[in-house]
Amino acid sequence: MAEPRPLSREEYAASRLQHHFVSMEQQRDASTLAMWVFLVTEILFFGGFFLTYTVYRWQDPVGFAHASQNMDIVLGTVNTAVLIISSLTMAMAVHSAATGRRKPLLAYLSATILLGFAFLGIKAVEYTDHIHHHLFPGPGFRFPGPDKPAAEMFFSLYFGMTGLHALHMIIGIGIVGTLLVMAYRGRFTPEYHSPIEVSGLYWHFVDIVWIFLFPLLYLIGRHLK
Amino acid sequence: MSAEMTPPLVDAPPRESFLTAGYGVKSWLLTRDHKRIALLYLASITFFFFLGGLFALLIRLELLTPEGDLVQPETYNKLFTMHGIVMVFFFLIPSIPAVLGNFFIPMMIGAKDLAFPRLNLLSWYVYMIGGLFTLWAVVHGGVDTGWTFYAPFSTVSSSSHVLPAAIGIFITGFSSILTGLNFIVTIHTMRAPGMTWFRLPLFVWSHYATSLIMVLGTPVIAVTLLLVALERIFHLGFFDPALGGDPVLFQHLFWFYSHPAVYIMVLPAMGVVSEIVPTFARKSVFGYRFVAYASVAIAVLGFLVWGHHMFVSGQSVYAGLFFSLLSFFVAIPSAVKVFNWTATMYKGSISWRTPMLYAIGFIGLFTIGGLTGLFLATLGVDVHVHDTYFIIAHFHYIMVGGAIMGYLGGIHYWWPKISGKLYSEGLAKFAAFVVFVGFNLTFFPQFILGYLGMPRRYHSYPPEFQVLNVMSTAGASILGFGYVLPLAYLFWSMRYGRDASSNPWGATGLEWQTTSPPPTENFPVTPVVDWEPYEYRPKKEVAAVG
Repeated sequence: MAEPRPLSREEYAASRLQHHFVSMEQQRDASTLAMWVFLVTEILFFGGFFLTYTVYRWQDPVGFAHASQNMDIVLGTVNTAVLIISSLTMAMAVHSAATGRRKPLLAYLSATILLGFAFLGIKAVEYTDHIHHHLFPGPGFRFPGPDKPAAEMFFSLYFGMTGLHALHMIIGIGIVGTLLVMAYRGRFTPEYHSPIEVSGLYWHFVDIVWIFLFPLLYLIGRHLK
Repeated sequence: MSAEMTPPLVDAPPRESFLTAGYGVKSWLLTRDHKRIALLYLASITFFFFLGGLFALLIRLELLTPEGDLVQPETYNKLFTMHGIVMVFFFLIPSIPAVLGNFFIPMMIGAKDLAFPRLNLLSWYVYMIGGLFTLWAVVHGGVDTGWTFYAPFSTVSSSSHVLPAAIGIFITGFSSILTGLNFIVTIHTMRAPGMTWFRLPLFVWSHYATSLIMVLGTPVIAVTLLLVALERIFHLGFFDPALGGDPVLFQHLFWFYSHPAVYIMVLPAMGVVSEIVPTFARKSVFGYRFVAYASVAIAVLGFLVWGHHMFVSGQSVYAGLFFSLLSFFVAIPSAVKVFNWTATMYKGSISWRTPMLYAIGFIGLFTIGGLTGLFLATLGVDVHVHDTYFIIAHFHYIMVGGAIMGYLGGIHYWWPKISGKLYSEGLAKFAAFVVFVGFNLTFFPQFILGYLGMPRRYHSYPPEFQVLNVMSTAGASILGFGYVLPLAYLFWSMRYGRDASSNPWGATGLEWQTTSPPPTENFPVTPVVDWEPYEYRPKKEVAAVG
């Protein structure tokens, strides 16, 4: 399509308006509400795991505490910091998009992606370590002492919950990567940047899940030796 | 299918509509028009309905005689499992929302489309992918766990195709979530000027309540099936007692979704009835706000009663007491609806058209299904009839007598709008009559069978139960015939039926104020609403009284 002249910012924003919406405001309201509703479904989805965790922790709190002492507290803490910083860079990306500053936008999106990969890398180190120590549930599971059944349940939940969280991280990195390409091509303006805003909501949500996972899996009962 | 929809040669110029917007396969499979997507759903759920019906037919044939002589016990287990899975997850849950809701919610609120047309198309593809996984499981030997997938049988013992079936339901769940999300956002943000919340048709209210359940409940069944899958694949022992797991936890998680899912099936049907009754009684809905709030109340209370499926599962007796009490509460908003529909008909000028027959059938059958639900919510009675045919009869009165009657009523009510054609009223009334008689003959004897102690899920039974079982099988044959009839005459009407006017019933909803079938963007100009819902009073009276 040959355009006689490049679109002005306002004209470009108007061209982003889909046919069935009346205004940009209506379109932005719809996508924001949709993301919030989606995040509610995510809470319920993770909720099944959190409920299962609560039930079994309640059954054998001491066994769970002993099992959680196999967690690497340093790596876990570093990973928590990595994720919180990534939330900051994501928030800065949204701010840059809203104020129409392209270079910071590209930098913050890239930083978010890198931090996401750093988290997954550290998680992979931890997984390798656990599997190396025969802590993956199943026939090969080894755990000294009477707490073996509780420990196996703990690690079932650990791999299930952190695995599901990591899957959400991978999807998040894919989304932010797509945003980065779109931002590089100059698709976002202060009038039209709701994809970055709603993706930011998703990214923060995935971080919040980790904020709950970290104490539940790493911290509770560490003082019990 | 598109060839069927080509209008016959007539003198008048063909009307522009969403049906004539494109004829190729691509124009259907890549469409973003909510009306076309609704028809894609219509075709697919009809396929699954008749597949599930085929399993039901085989079940009823086996139960014609006391001896297990038609199929092996293992085969019988697979038949009732596949009947349940296909009917619940692939027919009933998407039926009214994905077809009629998809088609009419945007039109009823004066919008051009749902808020997310691409997501809407995606939800159909997700549904079909889930359906293919489940079909694969059917073709390769089926599943035998019951549609409830109770652990540890489903996670450890069963050697049938649990995994593909569970994956199929997991995937299809996301189509349900996307539909619910789309409806919620659409109803919040896409209403035409003047279309306030309390001017919304009750069909929209009931779909809003349904969407809440879809969005809040479906993720829980998804994670539950994920846990089952992880247990089967990696031996993570979430539910297997041998690995320290708790099978009752599975039941809690399963019913946390699957009880509210009953309201996903019946709330939309209530919405349909709330449209049909005022139209054919020529009266405004009695107590509009109460009917609207009752939908939301049913959705909320529906989340608090799952434990009544577990009265004999080793759940705490105190929990049982509370779940019993809370289950009784659901009867209140349900009864509000029944009384208000009845009051709407009181002194109305009722015309006995086909949709009205289905609506009245719904009210009667739903009442029987609901009242027998109170028997089951009573702890002592439930212990007596648990896992008997009484339960089967009860929930078929809700799901078949309720939800499918509502679905068929809705299809007949809106068919002139969807297709732009009129069906044969005499034939349609006859079919409604056949369905009603066949349904009651099938399921009423099962109340008696269950009360006498015939357990569910066995392929043979003591000879003294045979008479009632023969009645039930005879009824099922009549019912099956009743279901084939609409398929035949509705298809017939698409080619040979008379053209429908834009408002053949003289109804008040916005969907009747555009042409039949509607144009792609529904309305030539965005409507502005300045009247109350179901305004069937004479204009003079409205002007004088307000």
